[in-house]
Amino acid sequence: MRANHCTAVLALLLTSTLPVFANPLAPGTQAPAFTRSGFDGRPVSLPRGKLVLLDFWASWCAPCIVELPHLMALQKRYAGKLQIVGVSMDDKQKSAADVVAQYHVSYPIVMGDLALAKSFGGVLGLPEVFLIGTDGKVIRNWRGDFKAGELDAAIAAALKQSR
Amino acid sequence: MIRALFAALMVLVALPALAQPGSAPTIPQSDLIQPAELANMLKSGPKPTILQVGFKVMYDEAHIPGAVYAGPGSKDEGIVALKDAAGSIDKGQQVILYCGCCPWDHCPNVAAAWRTLRDLGFSNLKVLYIPKNFGADWVEKGYPVVKG
Repeated sequence: MRANHCTAVLALLLTSTLPVFANPLAPGTQAPAFTRSGFDGRPVSLPRGKLVLLDFWASWCAPCIVELPHLMALQKRYAGKLQIVGVSMDDKQKSAADVVAQYHVSYPIVMGDLALAKSFGGVLGLPEVFLIGTDGKVIRNWRGDFKAGELDAAIAAALKQSR
Repeated sequence: MIRALFAALMVLVALPALAQPGSAPTIPQSDLIQPAELANMLKSGPKPTILQVGFKVMYDEAHIPGAVYAGPGSKDEGIVALKDAAGSIDKGQQVILYCGCCPWDHCPNVAAAWRTLRDLGFSNLKVLYIPKNFGADWVEKGYPVVKG
């Protein structure tokens, strides 16, 4: 009886209708700091004092791959002011590393996992992109497909504000 | 600039490969189930067998209660894992497949998994229609989840 009661309580705890971590970090929320090993072996941290575009992606996510050249162009255009960091949600690093090599991705990439995804509010679909201000707070988030030009406009506005 | 142009060219070359032959939109409408309908089924009545055929990290983050992880349908090893999982399921039993990794039109997993089980003779097979992703179309709607 007691065991049944415990099981029921556990099931209730595990199965919730409340989307506790369903929503990505809201604008104004401090983005959690992290340091992980980049694909080139060097440590990669969430930069502070710089505009950051954090891109959760994966090799199997077609819209993510389509965005890669655009992100590389943005990184080049705003070098020194914007830092893009890619977080691969692939199950295997090799899958992501192959894409990084194939497309000559020019910004740092780290492997993501459950803990990192949860710290940003849960990454339950890709692409998932966060624009983070120089103060380390989330400015905006995009989940799923986003319209062309939205990233550019948001980055330009954030840079203008931080001047 | 040259590097970005080269990458853009690579994307154009690779896009046909990324768009899986027989992608999610090729699954007939009659074989789809809407999230609200599945959520209602979970509240009462006999529970269907639910297989998640997406990526492990997504399953670990959150999945539908009772769903079994069966491997990504887009990978050979995923299809092997799916066939393994299907081996213990009665072919007349209601089976629901889902992924939700990406927008429906781009999902690399569900169509291959659906084809595999259909070819194995599963007669009561449905695929959960997730237009945007599992977060937006299931979790954020307040439907039940098991969290990792």
